[in-house]
Amino acid sequence: MSLKNNLDKLKQKYKGTKMATAFGAFHTFLYTPNDTTHNGTHIKAADDLKRTMNTVILALIPCLIFGMFNAGYQHYLAAGDIDAATGGFFSSQFWTLDNFSLGFWKIIPLVIVSYGVGLGIEFLFATIKNHEVEEGYLVTGMLVPLIVPVDIPLWMLAVAVAFGVVIGKEVFGGTGMNILNPALTIRAFLFFAYPTWMSGDKVWVQGAVESIGKVDAISGETMLGSLAQGRHLGYSVWDMFYGFIPGSIGETSTLLIILGGLFLIFTKIGSWRIMLSSVVGALIMGLIFNYLVDVNVISEGSKFYGLMSTPFWEHLIIGGFAFGTVYMATDPVTASQTNKGKWIYGFFVGFLSILIRVFNPAYPEGVMLAILLMNVFAPTIDHYVVKGNIKQRLKRLKVKTA
Amino acid sequence: MSNDIRIKKGLDIKLKGEAEKTTEKAIFSNFYTLRPEDFHGVIPKLISRVGTKLKAGEPVFYDKSNEDVKFVSPVSGEIIEIERGEKRKILSIKIQADKTESYLEHDILNLEKANPEDVKTLLLASGCWPFIKQRPYDVIAKPDKEPKAIFISAHASAPLVANLNYTLQGKEKELQAAVTALGKLTKGKVHVSVGKHGKSPMEGLSGITLHKVSGPHPSGNVGTQINKIDPINKGEIVWTVSPQDLVIMGELLLTGKFNAERLVALVGSSVEKPRYFVTKLGCELATMIYDHGIKKDAHVRIISGNILSGKTVKPDGYLDYYSNTITVIPEGDDYELFGWTTPVFNKVSTTRALTFSWLFPNKKYDLNTNTNGEHRAFVVTGNYEEVFPLDIYPMQILKSCMYQDLDEMEALGMYEVAPEDFALTEFVCVSKQPHQDIIRKGLDLMLKEIG
Repeated sequence: MSLKNNLDKLKQKYKGTKMATAFGAFHTFLYTPNDTTHNGTHIKAADDLKRTMNTVILALIPCLIFGMFNAGYQHYLAAGDIDAATGGFFSSQFWTLDNFSLGFWKIIPLVIVSYGVGLGIEFLFATIKNHEVEEGYLVTGMLVPLIVPVDIPLWMLAVAVAFGVVIGKEVFGGTGMNILNPALTIRAFLFFAYPTWMSGDKVWVQGAVESIGKVDAISGETMLGSLAQGRHLGYSVWDMFYGFIPGSIGETSTLLIILGGLFLIFTKIGSWRIMLSSVVGALIMGLIFNYLVDVNVISEGSKFYGLMSTPFWEHLIIGGFAFGTVYMATDPVTASQTNKGKWIYGFFVGFLSILIRVFNPAYPEGVMLAILLMNVFAPTIDHYVVKGNIKQRLKRLKVKTA
Repeated sequence: MSNDIRIKKGLDIKLKGEAEKTTEKAIFSNFYTLRPEDFHGVIPKLISRVGTKLKAGEPVFYDKSNEDVKFVSPVSGEIIEIERGEKRKILSIKIQADKTESYLEHDILNLEKANPEDVKTLLLASGCWPFIKQRPYDVIAKPDKEPKAIFISAHASAPLVANLNYTLQGKEKELQAAVTALGKLTKGKVHVSVGKHGKSPMEGLSGITLHKVSGPHPSGNVGTQINKIDPINKGEIVWTVSPQDLVIMGELLLTGKFNAERLVALVGSSVEKPRYFVTKLGCELATMIYDHGIKKDAHVRIISGNILSGKTVKPDGYLDYYSNTITVIPEGDDYELFGWTTPVFNKVSTTRALTFSWLFPNKKYDLNTNTNGEHRAFVVTGNYEEVFPLDIYPMQILKSCMYQDLDEMEALGMYEVAPEDFALTEFVCVSKQPHQDIIRKGLDLMLKEIG
């Protein structure tokens, strides 16, 4: 009670000053504001943008925690300290405190840097431009640590976040105005600015980089990397589905991502249209490639053979496809905004993901580029969908006058 | 013959405080006001001065841009005050009522034989014209243009509003007279929509095309019905009249007197005993809200009109010219600890993001005026479409209004909409954008630039 009153007094004090923005951000975090309606509807629905963003974060938490266990597990497994998990999703080899603590201390700094740098910039821009701090970065800040390799240096992450937030978002006018998904802009920046790091086969398992050249050097490669080079997989389908494979921190467990996706669809926050059509698009592209292999257009010698011959449905559970589809393609600001447009947009995200994945052996993770590409085309798709509506209206007029 | 219209997209907001079907006579109101702001887009030119004695139905002012459109006094009495604001803009005209009513009497038309010109002249002279609104632009109809059709919605679907089947009971004669007269003013049809459930007094009228509507709000909005029955194209005009205004119009046609009497519902969760009152347009609200209503110093929002599109009025304010509902709900100017993340059981939501109103589809809620969050840029997509039954893209048309692109506004269907059509999208808006305000400003801009 007294805290509430004191904060209210402070709010009055800071009103109109440069402090108002930063104070407001913390104040509204603690208490939903006492704003009332003025004109228009006198009542409002319960949801605000904070609640919406918070729901997405809730859906991401399981992936984050799994990522912590997995980081430790992959490290110890590669180092030969533990045996591979055998007992299904709840294998005792996987869910150990050792695994978790290694991952925790590795990943928490990434989360802190991501939020610290990103929110810092948001606060700065909000203060300069004198508007409220918008919630857009809350989700981005959680996505970023989940889509980077575990061994990424913190300074590299900080530079990328700063770039992504300023160039990807603030120059367009902040939350709601950006064209490209900020989290993916950050990821793309990392990929193009530090290609040796990001496309190498050493960053995906903790400790792999330091071990280069040593006797007990450990491999730190993703599955897509090995597939692209046509090498045999050492993982069972269930391993891939549960997520006991190396990869970006949060993207490996298809099981948890599906649960998160279902949660988002149930809460009506995520677009089921985009998720479904994206899966359909990916399956169709996968089938096309499988067909090409079957009719011997692509034979074993081809450099595309490894990924092309991968059964079409396995594409859904390897790499970042599931994560990208559920959490990033569905970003409402950068996706298509019309319902019809969402079907088209989602389909091409899936379709292009697999296409890029197969034909770009240097960097086989196609989802990032596919989503960014479709982000650029989303307004065009919407334009034509809306145009259809306008044409219909004009037609009505013509029928009338004819 | 009746046609069925089924609306699927929409939202029924179930609230506490619906009016019981009993009617009381409101305490005699000593003062009445006319507020030009009730008549959107009208620039008033005064006919009478302070001190003028008026009969009920005598013109008080007219519209500067349409001199034929007269606005009349609802009661007989004396003008005691004309309140002015910035640049001498007229805010309100206050009339002290006589103890005994005297009416300005008009000649009674023979409705069967009357020609359209006579009907129009009578409606203009008697002050009934402002009840006729036109689309596009949702303003008072221009007398010199003929509409392609006239739409009347006798189905009230907005939360808590007066039940028209109840308030129109026994008014069949007046309604018939008004509908017959209006029918002469258009070569098209007079479309009347009634609720599928329940018996409406308007069902039996002749000279109309009857439609039965069902489904959630905004099925009762006349804009929704126009869109489904005969959408407006560029260059076309339709008129809309609400049934409670038809009653006044009908009585004038039958008796020659402008009787501003109206059945008004007093509703809302803050009202002790929600019920109906017989009163007159422009009356003091204080005559109704305190008796078994609210306490003297209650911290409440009083709305003249429905909860979604009505106007805020003070306890010493007046009923506005078009409303048949007074809604009273608690003010919500309080903070809520972690209100953005805790599970919500006592508020309405269309999502399931830890909001649980989907579990209790029949629960009645007690909502206050809190916005439940701060104003933001448009972020979430797809949620407006779920509550917006018109074949228009709501977010795109709102944005086109915000950046004032007249061509785009026109192409996206601005001629068909009124602010009230965007009440539900405004209610569910996660970014708390003022949709109705944006649309109103957009319409005003088009009216000014295109006309």
